Amino acid sequence: MSDTTPQHGGTTPPSDSSTPIDGTTDGSVGTPASDGSVGTPASDGTVGTPVSDDRLQDVVAGAPHLMTDSATDSERREGRWSDAMQSIVNGSVLTTVLAVVLALVASGILIALTDKDVQAAAGYFFARPMDTLRAVGSAVGGSYASLFQGSVINFGAPTAAAAIAPITRSVDYAVPLVVAGLGVAVAFRAGLFNIGGQGQVLIAAGTAGWVGFSFDLPAAVHIPLTILAGIVGGAVWAGIVGLIKARTGANEVVLTIMLNYVALYLLAFALRTPGLLQAGGSPNPISPATKDSALLPGLFGPRFGINVGFLVAIAAVIVVWWLLNKSSLGFRFRTIGENPRAARVAGMSVPRLTIWVLVISGGLIGIAGAYQVEGAVTTGFTSGIDAGIGFDAITVALLGRSKPWGTFWAAILFGVLKNGGYAMQAANSIPIDIVDVIQALIVLFIAAPPLVRAIFRIPQPGARRRTKQPSKRKAVAA
Amino acid sequence: MKLELRDITKRFGPLVANDHISITVEPGEVHCLLGENGAGKSTLMNVLYGMYQADEGEILLDDVVQAFDGPGDAMRAGIGMVHQHFMLVPVFTVAENVMLGQEETAFGGRLDLAGARKRVREISERFGFDVDPDARVEDLPVGVQQRVEIIKALSRDASVLVFDEPTAVLTPQETDELMGIMRQLREAGTAIVFITHKLREVREVADRITVIRLGKVVGEASPTASNGELAALMVGRSVSLVVDKTPATAGEDALVVEHVTVTDPSGIVLVDDVSFTVRRGEVLAIAGVQGNGQTELTEAIMGLEPVRSGHIVLDGREVTGRSVKQILDAGVGFVPEDRKEDGLVGEFTIAENLMLDRADSAEFVRAGTIRAAERDTFADEKIAEFDIRTPGRTTAAGRLSGGNQQKIVLARELSRDLRLFVAAQPTRGIDVGSIEFVHKRIVATRDTGVPVIVVSTELDEVVALADRIAVMYRGAIVGIVPATTPRDVLGLMMAGELPAGTELAA
Repeated sequence: MSDTTPQHGGTTPPSDSSTPIDGTTDGSVGTPASDGSVGTPASDGTVGTPVSDDRLQDVVAGAPHLMTDSATDSERREGRWSDAMQSIVNGSVLTTVLAVVLALVASGILIALTDKDVQAAAGYFFARPMDTLRAVGSAVGGSYASLFQGSVINFGAPTAAAAIAPITRSVDYAVPLVVAGLGVAVAFRAGLFNIGGQGQVLIAAGTAGWVGFSFDLPAAVHIPLTILAGIVGGAVWAGIVGLIKARTGANEVVLTIMLNYVALYLLAFALRTPGLLQAGGSPNPISPATKDSALLPGLFGPRFGINVGFLVAIAAVIVVWWLLNKSSLGFRFRTIGENPRAARVAGMSVPRLTIWVLVISGGLIGIAGAYQVEGAVTTGFTSGIDAGIGFDAITVALLGRSKPWGTFWAAILFGVLKNGGYAMQAANSIPIDIVDVIQALIVLFIAAPPLVRAIFRIPQPGARRRTKQPSKRKAVAA
Repeated sequence: MKLELRDITKRFGPLVANDHISITVEPGEVHCLLGENGAGKSTLMNVLYGMYQADEGEILLDDVVQAFDGPGDAMRAGIGMVHQHFMLVPVFTVAENVMLGQEETAFGGRLDLAGARKRVREISERFGFDVDPDARVEDLPVGVQQRVEIIKALSRDASVLVFDEPTAVLTPQETDELMGIMRQLREAGTAIVFITHKLREVREVADRITVIRLGKVVGEASPTASNGELAALMVGRSVSLVVDKTPATAGEDALVVEHVTVTDPSGIVLVDDVSFTVRRGEVLAIAGVQGNGQTELTEAIMGLEPVRSGHIVLDGREVTGRSVKQILDAGVGFVPEDRKEDGLVGEFTIAENLMLDRADSAEFVRAGTIRAAERDTFADEKIAEFDIRTPGRTTAAGRLSGGNQQKIVLARELSRDLRLFVAAQPTRGIDVGSIEFVHKRIVATRDTGVPVIVVSTELDEVVALADRIAVMYRGAIVGIVPATTPRDVLGLMMAGELPAGTELAA
């Protein structure tokens, strides 16, 4: 839990440009309109694209502005649904789900192979093969059943409240992953790889922890102030990277990953230095406990894991959704992510935007740092306070395709896996590390959508689009 | 060798790129494939060259059906291709490039360079190419590099040669030389397929012309057909090739460029002490072969490239060294040369691309939030006004054809209040119909009193649009001449010579 090695880190590729914008998949909005009313001259004219059946739509192209407001509204709503459908059918959602399924299957094989009963039964496989299969079934089924019961719903619980308690604890694990994943996602969308989540979480935990244990304030002030301290800590730490990159063009991957070490040892140093973060009266590198007034109160009482942090995470999802999809700043972020050259020609300051992207990314990750000291480890923290969140956040953002709600659900899934891993270890003595294997396999399968598609024999999504592109490139050459 | 394509059909999903195309090329004949961008010419040639497999139809060489699995098979069968973008290794010598892919080795894997040199010399002598086998390809002028490509094809005993848009990168003089080479090859019995969309070249060299439109053969024409007839066949309707424009009513000086020098980071001079003036209501065309400093000059005007020395003054205000944003805000509209890289975000919707350089203007943004309704209304207006052919405003710009992409850039730039309009290669790679449209809009912009700079490598375009022509060569302006200057003089200027007695304008 408190391991800090970059297990899923390294060179995780971005989720590429497969689905960068909500709403690019156009669907066919072609509404019937008579040629004359549209006012596009030369309706018999040349069609630049070699798609001959576009011609009809071409004529119609100018029509939407003739429609009434309500029509545009319903069109927009329809567009959103068809977008969702498209992205499900086109595979981004489907391949993600299937990647998770595949990862579970592959991990199931691992569980079966290492299970003692299976090994024993395999010894006389040719005599009684059913024994082996039965053992495999009970090992894998049993493990995943306890994973589910320990992390989602416990059907064996005496009361309904106890039955749903596991999912609330999973959400508890998920909250820092949601915000940190959002931070990484914002950077991804702007074409930047923030691999420095670990360092940003550590610094944020340091600043938030200091505010959390140093002051005596009413909870209504202390809690937001502590979160704010975390945001500032993370933002500054990532902002340093933005500044250096903007000024010198240095690679942000190298900078963020190196600053992880700086942050790690800086925090370790502060934790060993009385007067900085070290708790008085102890030689151990551990901070004082967070004051009660800074602790995040539970939403439904102590039996359930969910606390106020969950609301903060939801708010963060909404803010990031607004930022990326609705705001002018987010528009510019996405522009530099998709095509920095065009951004520059359009008068955007790529260096300045880069700094902003990293400040916002670091700020979001900083919330995770604050959550760690206010909600997860409240009895004083060590330099392992990041709990691998910085690197898991990259996986979460990847799994969520760098979209706000996608990232949210990916984080919930990871929270479930993490929480369930403990139950699985307790009930079936399966090492908790299998959860890391599952997570890594998910990323592996997501990074290779053609592999998933080949396994499930799903046709190439947008096969038409893909073959169209080369012909279009030729169109320029021709 | 006689080449015959019979009923070639190639589909990409629902799109039929080639629809039962049949052509025959006899030995000793230049057969022209004429068609707009996207008509399916290149797809057809890629089928011939083995890059694509035809869904239907067959390829015959001397009446024998062929099956090509890749370019290697096609080459072995005697088909050579001279690509638009040369497939040469710049740091290799001519001989090394020619042997590349069919290296002959002596004992111990040693390359037989002497043999390759000999072969290059033989072929160059036979056709009078004048190519040194030991010259490094990157040191050679573009026209000579193209000859290396031809030698490469001939050294593999190609008896069918395909030229894919070979003149796009050449000066008019180099183009003439290439025409001469094609005639020579024809005399030697080579069957030549010449792909182009430039009408003048077709009429000069073709024995037969096949016009392709939307993946189908729409007709054959004789080389004596007029430009207008050929264009009408290509486009499917009559097009006016001449830009209708009245003489400029030039006003006072608007943009003054004085002694501007631009260098790359290592100090190599890209724009060399360039001075010129553009007046209100006139079009100054900057002509020249690609890579003679035009790109850097426009980028310097836009603030994208630092100006080493000199001044750029717009309407009396110094704009040298200003940021791109400030220059855009000063009222400069810019159509970049490479629209896919610099002008558009391919993954963004048309509506988003139309507000790309106004992402923080009050018109489209309120309280940090993009005003979706304004953005969409604006997009719909511009789609109608600029005749952008698209299923809707939410289509990704990258999925449109070149002509429609260019219309987006044009619509975006022309819908601001302009004090200067700079269009670099405004019609590169777009279809004839869109070219006509773009030209009309540029002239219309001029007529509203906006000073316009058009940078173009196409002489036709320069002559059609310009009120005055500045010719650039190796970073410097060779001369600024009136639009009535004869083409051969302009051609010489593009090669760096200013013939004595040329009338200069300003």
